This record gives sequence, structure tokens and C-alpha cells, in this order.
Amino acid sequence: MNAIILSAIWGIVMMFAGVFTKDKSIPKYLAYTGIIILFIANAMELYNGTLLFSINAHDMLRTNSFNLTFIAIALACTGIYFLLSGRDIEKVGEHVAEYFALIFFILCGVSLSATFNTLLFLFLGIEIMSIPLYILTASDKRNLKSNEAGLKYFLMGSFSTGIMLMGIAFIYGGTPNASFYISNIMLGAGRMPVMIAIGLVFLLVAMAFKVSAAPFHFWTPDVYDGAPTVFTSFMSTIIKVAGFFAFIRLFENSFGTIHDQWQNLIIFITVATLLIGNVTAVFQQSVKRMLAYSSIAQAGFMLLALFALNDKAKEGIILYSAAYSLATIGLFAILIKMEDYTIEGFNGLAKKQPFLALCAVVFLLSLTGIPLTAGFQSKFYMLMAAVENGHNFWLVIVAVIFAAISAYYYFRVIQAMYFKEPAREDMVQVVDVTPGFRIMLAVTALLIIVLGVYPEIVLGWMYH
Amino acid sequence: MGKFITFPELLIWLPLLGGILSFFAKKGQSAKSLALFVSLLVLAVSAASLFYTGDKFASWNAVNYYYRNNIGSTFFVKLDGTGRILTFLTALAFPIILTATYRNNYKNPASFYGLMLLAQAGLMGVFCSMDALLFYFFWELALIPVYFLCSQWGGEKRIQVTFKFFVYTFVGSLLMLTGIIYVYLHTAGRVFEDGTIVSHSFSISAFQQVHLGVKEQGWLFWLFFVAFAVKMPVFPFHTWQPDAYDQSPTAVTMVLSGIMVKMGLFGVIRWLIPVFPQASIQYSHIVMILAVTGIIYASCLAIVQDNIKKLVAYSSIAHIGLMCAALFAMNPIGTQGVMLQMFNHGINIIGMWIVVDLLEQQTGVKEISKLSGVAHKAPVLTILLVIIALANIALPLTNAFTGEFMMFSGLYMFSGWYAAIAGIGIILAAVYTLNMIQKVFYGNSNSIVDSLKDISLNEKLILAVIVCIIFFVGVYPQPVIDLTKNAVSVLTAAVK
Repeated sequence: MNAIILSAIWGIVMMFAGVFTKDKSIPKYLAYTGIIILFIANAMELYNGTLLFSINAHDMLRTNSFNLTFIAIALACTGIYFLLSGRDIEKVGEHVAEYFALIFFILCGVSLSATFNTLLFLFLGIEIMSIPLYILTASDKRNLKSNEAGLKYFLMGSFSTGIMLMGIAFIYGGTPNASFYISNIMLGAGRMPVMIAIGLVFLLVAMAFKVSAAPFHFWTPDVYDGAPTVFTSFMSTIIKVAGFFAFIRLFENSFGTIHDQWQNLIIFITVATLLIGNVTAVFQQSVKRMLAYSSIAQAGFMLLALFALNDKAKEGIILYSAAYSLATIGLFAILIKMEDYTIEGFNGLAKKQPFLALCAVVFLLSLTGIPLTAGFQSKFYMLMAAVENGHNFWLVIVAVIFAAISAYYYFRVIQAMYFKEPAREDMVQVVDVTPGFRIMLAVTALLIIVLGVYPEIVLGWMYH
Repeated sequence: MGKFITFPELLIWLPLLGGILSFFAKKGQSAKSLALFVSLLVLAVSAASLFYTGDKFASWNAVNYYYRNNIGSTFFVKLDGTGRILTFLTALAFPIILTATYRNNYKNPASFYGLMLLAQAGLMGVFCSMDALLFYFFWELALIPVYFLCSQWGGEKRIQVTFKFFVYTFVGSLLMLTGIIYVYLHTAGRVFEDGTIVSHSFSISAFQQVHLGVKEQGWLFWLFFVAFAVKMPVFPFHTWQPDAYDQSPTAVTMVLSGIMVKMGLFGVIRWLIPVFPQASIQYSHIVMILAVTGIIYASCLAIVQDNIKKLVAYSSIAHIGLMCAALFAMNPIGTQGVMLQMFNHGINIIGMWIVVDLLEQQTGVKEISKLSGVAHKAPVLTILLVIIALANIALPLTNAFTGEFMMFSGLYMFSGWYAAIAGIGIILAAVYTLNMIQKVFYGNSNSIVDSLKDISLNEKLILAVIVCIIFFVGVYPQPVIDLTKNAVSVLTAAVK
């Protein structure tokens, strides 16, 4: 609850900061302060249940240690993202304060969609998350690709929003006492009513669109590629995992009892997402596009949690959110500093910037899922959840084979950095690398390794 | 000792620390010396561990940290017979490898030696871990340094070849991981000493006691077997191997062929047969057919090889195939033979690589057809090589003879046919090895070998050490057998 209100307030504060000061770096420091306050407020709620604001939400929002842990991870990742890429956000355009303000509004949406207890608040959360994102995507105003991406995202996004609303309406009409509360849907065993079935499929499609699961992923590569790279970093990580979190909470709480009736749909989406994400990523020449497809591929792995829907899956999604976001944010932070976004542009980076290359290796190994990194632990928990589910073991085998394929495109970057020579000797590969940036990169890499050795640090929050 | 630190911990932490320190070495020479020093230290620890084996010293040889109580995985490392012989092989091989390649100048030596020591730490971990998740950790961790070593310091085609190797093993290990998870979810729970209760456990005893149906065991067997078969490698999972051996820097090739292939055999001994005894018996014929096919196939390919490195690589596939076949005979004498032969093969093949490397370094060619009459120029080298080569084809008095004899006895007890076909492999081994010696070392010397000098003192010493071990184990294999006796009886009891 603290995070929802404070992030909205801080968003407004940021907007005013843009009016009253012309100095570019003030909004940035204000944003740093804001995110720290948010994190502390959320941690207080997580540890002692301290509420800074007493508001009667009529049980339409429900907080527990599970979703507060998720909000803590989202806030921590945003903090790291600010510290790593704050300077690059400044460079996108004139309206620095607004960019930060939009990000804080998005965080409000993230917190809402993590704590919703009614379909209404789910819708609000998802929309508050999406609308600022359309603006951020198109924020590089003079760049045609950014404009195109923004428009495309907006059109496709509104379409999926429409489908989602329709699904909500069907479910509202189909529940016995016409209620928005997700736990009131109350489905017993046996065949579900037609209205609910239609609503479920619509919601499934809309949510699959938001988390870019195949076959609803077509907007992803273009939008991720066209958006300014700093914002791609944000939307492919925190927003994506927030979407997943909402997806899982919705389907667990409202349709968990009839899991066996929609599980096959999830299996189809999972296999399609893994296949399309991984296979297409192999053929990409640009690292930015490769990361876009890799985010689809990782979404396929996260869908295993929806397939399994047990306690291990909950732990898995928490870990996956942290591991995937940290590694991808780190990788994007390095990519932003690169002069050339193609894989060849990374050639010989290890010689010029050994430290950056080393950190990139940690991030890439984590995304591949090599032991000692957080990525391994998250994949491990996901696989454990899926095996514990007890049937469709073949899906687990399919998932690990695609995980092996993912090694191909992640390792191509490692190969370029370490084993290949740069095309031109005098090439300036990296621009604007400050000592602070290096320290933050080291912290991110270290966090990944610590989580890889002892993931209970994060999982412990869940059972607090 | 025991109270503060144990042998397996020392064996893992020493190379790990040494490796990390190595990365920070300013000068190449200091990294080199540090690596050699650490590897000698590890050898000393490992040698000491051979003498403290009794029940009295149990606390010196095992340690179990309660580390991830919530999922029932602990840091459980222990030296048993199999582990002891293989950690000793690892500890012995590294100083030999580092001394033999001491003259080589690698660019960026700090990273090279750092990665070498990290690989050693990973290997030690694999051989010591008694917890399935920990085993998987080390299994992968041994691979990553080797991947970087081969890709960075290898030959021309190194990047593709090493990546092929990586993907093969990665697919195998991920399949094994799903298998581990499946077995884990069927294990019984346990209560830790501090009172926490877990519903399942990763410890080896829990794995061995798990009750699985015959059908489940069947497919789980293959999930594990593929991982081990890729590492060994057994036909038809071997295709990464000849290229990888050819393209890797020689020091790494020695690690790969001398020690890493033993990871596969070790996995079968420690995890596969004890956890899935019924499936192991059920599928032993299929594995045996694969192994025996591999022996003949690899031997035939070795005969027609012109590249001397690939010849050694194919001969290694044939030898490993025999060990794999003997292991699946699952009788005491065959298994004992495998234990012995794992050690012997490691020593012999490292000796072979040292000689091949010397030739390649000095003449710059690795084609058999281009070399001739090396014996005129380098008589000492030739004598030592001939001994190692004869050990490689298991002549009596050499170490491999005892091992192969026992393995063939075991194989024969299982089925005479497999023994007979595998026996052809021995004849073929003599054909390609002697053929290679004849062409490369005898005959008239040509212009390429003219520049060849005989070996220097430290190479002489290293090869002499190897030859001494060959003769010692050949004449008196009892110490090795005593060391692994218990492990063999445990293993054969599991399949009864």
C-alpha cells in the first residue's frame, strides 16, 4: 500500500521539479531519493506491516509478504536501473523530469497490479503501467523508428486492453453474484460456464499480449528495437515481470481450482513462446534485437510457473523476476554505452574494457542459466515447480532443450568479446563510462552471484 | 585436522583460491609459479589423504555443512575409494601438465593459469560431492573454465569446435538436471540436526534409497546416461571430441582427456548404477553395444588418421569405450579393472600428449606423413615415448595390462561375444600405435625433423616420472586395488 501511494505522489513531485528547475541533474537526484524512500517504505510494510497511510480500500487491494516481496524486487531493480542508466535517461531528450515522473507512475501501476484483489484494480494497474510506457517508447521525438514503435505499441496495446475489458465484462456477468472480486468467481469442479470460459480466454490472450508470449508477441521486437535503449531496458525487465506477476496472481486466485481445464492452453503458449523466442534470437545480428527475442524466450520459461501453479512456482517467479531483471538491466546498461549495437561491435571488447566484458559475461551466463549465477537458481526453481506438477514431464525436457539453444546466442556475444579481434584498431567502442557506472555494474554482477549461491536471501522475504 | 578443515575441502578450496589469486598476478611468470606451487600443494594434500583412509579418520575425510536447509541440499563433500583415486589422479596430473608445458608462453598468462586452477577446483568438487545439487554445480563449473581456455588459447577453428563441445555437454547436463529434480521429488524427507524438516533431500543416501518404478527408472536412466555419455564420450555422442582435442591448447587437451573424461565414468559409478540399479541391468546390453561399436569404430578411424593428435583422440575413445563396457558388466572384477584403468589411462594419455606436444612445438607439424626418423634426432624422447605407447596398448609389465586384463575378465563373465569383439580393439590399437611409432620415429630423418632437439631436463624428468608410475602400477597394482576395493563392493552390492 505504501508503495502505491508514495510512487504516485513522487511522480507528481517529479513533474513539478521539471517546471521549477532547468538544471538537468536535479530530477535525477530527486528520482534517486524517491526510489530509496519507496524501497524503505515498502520494506517497512514487509517487515512490520507499518502503513504510512490509512486508507480503506474495501479489500480491493490485498497485500501479503508474497506480493510485497515482488514489489521490493521491482523497486530494487528500478533503483539499480536508475543508478546504472540515470545519465543515459538525461540524454534521451529535453524533458528529463517527465521521463522520471512517468517511470514513477509506472511503478504505481506495478504495485497496483501486484496487489489487486479485484478485476477492476487489475485493469487499472495494467493500464497505469502501459500508458506512460507508450509515451516513453516514443520519447525520442526526432527519431522515426521511435515514433513508429510508439504508435505500434499504442495501437496494439489498446487493442489488447479492449480484449481484456471484454474478458472482465464476461466474467463479471458470469459470476453468480456479479462481483469484481477475483476470489468471488468461485468455480467448482466440473465444466465451467460458457461466459466464464470466454472471459478466461480473453483474459489469457490479453495477458499473454502484455508479457509478449507467442503467438501474441509480434509487437515486441519492433517496439523494443525502436524505443530508446534506456527505456527498452526498463520495459523488457521490470514491466514484463510485473505483467507476469499479475498474470500468475490472477489465474491462481480466480481460476486455480479449474487449472486442469486451461492448462493445455498454457502448454501451447509456453512451447510456442520458447520455440519462437529462442529460434529467432539465434538469427539476430543486432544485440538489441537479440535481447528483445531473448526476453520472449525467457518469458517462455516464466510461463512454466503458470503451468505448474504451486508453491515452488511462486518461489520461482520471485527469483526469476530478480535474476532476469538484474542481468538484462546490466546488459542493456553496457549496450547503451556501445557505439555499435551489432554483435561485431562487441568484437575485442575484453581487450579494451576488460571489466565491462567480465560483467557482461556474468550477465550472459546468468541468462543462460549456468550454476553460481541467479539465473541458474531461477531456472532450477522453475523446473522443480514444473516437475512437481506431476504430469506433462515432456514440457520440462522441451524447456531445457530450448535453454541449451539459448546458450548459442548468449555465447555469441561472449565469443565476440573475448575471442575475436575488432574490425578496426582505432575504433572507439565504448563511450562515457564513469567510475560510478563501473561500481554499479560490479554491484549488479555481485548481486547475481550472491543470489546464485544463496537465493534464500530473497525467498526468505516471502515467508516473513 | 578434521575439526577445522578436511581433506576434500582442502582439495577444492586450495585450487579455487590459487586460481582467483592467479588472476591478479601482475607478471606472467609469477602466475605460472603460483599455479605450479598450488598444484604441488594440492598434490601433497591428496597424497596425504591416501594414508588416512580408515574409519578412525572418517572426520578427516567428510564434511557436511547445513547450507540450504529449506530444499534439503547441503554442502556435503567426502572422499571415498573412487573419489580418492580420482582426486589423486587430478592432483597428480596438474603438476605434470604445468611442468610439461612450462616452456610454453601463453598470451595473458595470468588468466590462463587462473582458469586452469579453477578447472581443477571444479573437477575436485565433482569427485568429492555427495549431494546431487552440489554435484551438478561442480559438474558445470568444471566446464566453464575449460570453455574459456579452449576458445581463447586454442587453434584456428577453436571457437566453433569449443562451442560444439560446450553445447553437447550443456544439453547433457541439463537433461541430467531434470532427472535430478525428478528423483529429488521422490526422495524421502529428513530432519536436520537443528530441527528443520525438509520433505525431500538431495543427499546421495536419499538418492540411493529412493523407490522408483521400473518404467520411471528406465527413462531417468537415459536422462543421466546422456550427460555421462557425452563426457566420456561413448559412441555416438563422441563427435565433439577429436576436434576439441585437436584444437585445444595441449595443456587443456591433457586435462580434457586425462581427467575430464573420467567425470563421465565417475558419474556412472557414483550416481547412475547405484540410483537406478534395475534400469542399469535392463539397459546394460544397449550400453554395451554402443561401447563396443565405439571401440571398433574409433580404432578403425585411428588407423587412417594422418593427424597425430586426432589419432590419440580416437584411441582415447576406444579406451574409454572399453571402460564403459566393463563398468556395465557390473561384476566385481570388471569394476575393479575400471577403477584401476581410470587412473592408468589418465597417466598414459597425458604422457602421450606431452610427446605429441613436444613434436608439434619443435617441428610445427602434426601430420604423421610429414614426420620421419625422429629417433635419430631425439633418442631419449623416442625411448620414453615407446614405453608410454606400449603401455597405451596394454603390454604386460605396464600399468594398463593389469587394468585391461581385469576388465576383459569382467566382460567375458558378462558375455563372451562382447569380450571377443572388444578384443579386436586391442589388436587394432597395436596396429595404429605401432604404425605411428614406425612412421614418425624410425626411418630416415627428413628436413622437417632436422631442426629437432632432444628433450630438456624438466621434460625428461616428467616423462621419467610417468614411466616410473607406469612400471610401478604395472608390477604392483595392489595399492590402487586396495584403495578402491570398498567402492567396488558397494557398487556391485547395489545391483544385486
